[in-house]
Amino acid sequence: MAEEVKKPEEVKKPRKPLDPNSAKYKLGKIASDAFATAIEAKKQGKPVAWVSSNFPVEIPETLGLATAYPENQAAGIAARGAGERMCEVAEADGYSNDICAYARISLAYAKLKECPEQDVAMPDVLLCCNNICNCMIKWYENLSQELGIPMIMLDIPFNPDYEVSDAEVAYVSGQFWDAVHQLEDLFGLKWDDDRFEQVTGFSCRASRAWLEATAQAKYTPSPFNGFDLLNHMAVMVTARGKEEAGEAMETLLKEYKENHEKGESTFRVEEKHRIMFEGIACWPYLRATSRGLKDRGINMVTTIYADAFGFDYNSFDEMIRAYCSVPNAINLEKSRDKRVKLCKDNNVEGLLVHTNRSCKLWSGFMAEMSRQIGKECNIPVTSFDGDQADPRNFSEAQYDTRVQGLCEIMEANKEAKEA
Amino acid sequence: MITLGIDIGSTTSKCVLMRDGQDIIASSLRVGGLGTEGPAEALAELWEKAGITAEDVDRTIVTGYGRNKYEGADGEVSELTCHALGGRWVFPELRTLIDIGGQDAKIISLSESGRMSNFVMNDKCAAGTGRFLDVMANILRMDIDELDECASKSVKPASISSTCTVFAESEVISQLANGVERPDLVAGICESVASRVGALARRAGVVPKVCMSGGVAKNGAVRRALAKSLETDIDFDPMAQYFGAIGAALYAYRQLTK
Repeated sequence: MAEEVKKPEEVKKPRKPLDPNSAKYKLGKIASDAFATAIEAKKQGKPVAWVSSNFPVEIPETLGLATAYPENQAAGIAARGAGERMCEVAEADGYSNDICAYARISLAYAKLKECPEQDVAMPDVLLCCNNICNCMIKWYENLSQELGIPMIMLDIPFNPDYEVSDAEVAYVSGQFWDAVHQLEDLFGLKWDDDRFEQVTGFSCRASRAWLEATAQAKYTPSPFNGFDLLNHMAVMVTARGKEEAGEAMETLLKEYKENHEKGESTFRVEEKHRIMFEGIACWPYLRATSRGLKDRGINMVTTIYADAFGFDYNSFDEMIRAYCSVPNAINLEKSRDKRVKLCKDNNVEGLLVHTNRSCKLWSGFMAEMSRQIGKECNIPVTSFDGDQADPRNFSEAQYDTRVQGLCEIMEANKEAKEA
Repeated sequence: MITLGIDIGSTTSKCVLMRDGQDIIASSLRVGGLGTEGPAEALAELWEKAGITAEDVDRTIVTGYGRNKYEGADGEVSELTCHALGGRWVFPELRTLIDIGGQDAKIISLSESGRMSNFVMNDKCAAGTGRFLDVMANILRMDIDELDECASKSVKPASISSTCTVFAESEVISQLANGVERPDLVAGICESVASRVGALARRAGVVPKVCMSGGVAKNGAVRRALAKSLETDIDFDPMAQYFGAIGAALYAYRQLTK
């Protein structure tokens, strides 16, 4: 029962070294190498691009352009406790605290050029795609101004229709090749069709394995703790076009399948309830948000946030359509249907929505979308206030009450079913 | 069987002692919630009223914001479940409960059978909560209990922002300085709370029967404004502020009889 929740004392045990053949080791190495590789490239005088998370990774990867991902960097900085410090630097320069905290952290980094919690190589060019959000455009424009470097924009506007039109594909395809040519001209890089084919193969391989791994939550109990996905997805953001990403994701899938066969899970307590988590993780309070669920036996088995970075396609046209179909670029009905499918495929009993102060787009339509999901799936829905990177927007007491309320409804629903 | 429900809120502590989940033996309320002497004082008052001691109680459940810190109970349950249980006990046909407490507002939906089926709560802002009314009453140098009667004399309620307690505070001061009549200001303040909570209620979906709980439920002006805004009757019971504690006592009884 809910009231019997025990919160054991936190005992820090020395960590065992990870098995180099494990998915966790491989994925962790790829994620940290992503930053190190760009820093090394910079030292060697090679150009580095800062790239938005849903920009077609196939472009820089094919051209051999070193990359760093400001969103990924900001998440790391926030998770390591420096979000507020960096946000305040940007705010002191006049950026409103209503602006996305990833943007504030990134703009602060552009000024300071160092942050021990997560350093990155400074960029020579900015690759921006607004399919994840439109705030990205102004963020990158300001970076471009502050750093005096070019910005290449790939405009994938929000699609009010359910399907991607041929006109949109043509519009984005034209920009894709324009971005390629601009990069060739800027840095003397050369596009190679064979390399492109190889990269798309790597990207699809990683995506297929990733999406199949996340789909293993269809089993009850789930073979994994959903919070694992929030860490592993860093590889899908930063390195999905690399060969080693596919191999690591296939290892992850293999481990999840084995867990299911052996009746094991990385969710270390009894899985009493299964929920979908909506929104970007609350990185500054990842432990508190995870623990608030785990202590009650609630496993976050699925989230659209993780699946958003899996791009599987069989042709150039399909690739463009995939980039036009990422969660924040599609209309409410399509967004809802994708989430309803996730809820139904994964036997979800409740929905927990992160009302993320940083992400107005995502949180803005969640009130209506979560209402529709709750109705369609007949599950309770609750939300909590927080932020993806600014710790000043979260209250643990508020979170705890809402999660407990959600838990109590799920318990009552189960009891009613059993009766 | 005697069960005890303790509701430790942000501004008050409430206790209810029940027999067999049917009769209220005694109740108590003290100003002072989490982190104060309020809970201990409310309990002392309860024992005195009931003429029994803690040893006579078969099970105790604590709820409210202070539930996690209180060590004298057999278990803790969220105030959401407790308000739903308490409200349904008082109003057997209840389907929607609007609770406005010291620092939050919640809309709780109940199924036909009386189970809590969903809830919506305010965001971190204190506008639209009891704290908002406290601050406004303080500016007007009025007791919180005087707001209802004062608002009833209003001719033309003033327009007060419901966005932020701090902004609304300066707005009230400015309107006072401009000579706006006190009853019109108080009515405007109550309508401001109703406007904010009404939006939350519409989001949750309002199904009659509707009632209010929490300290603000005692304020008739807020109740009337909410009823007008939601175009539905809103029931009130003098024990509205105790619904959380009643629910906790009922929860304890359910556990004993399971």
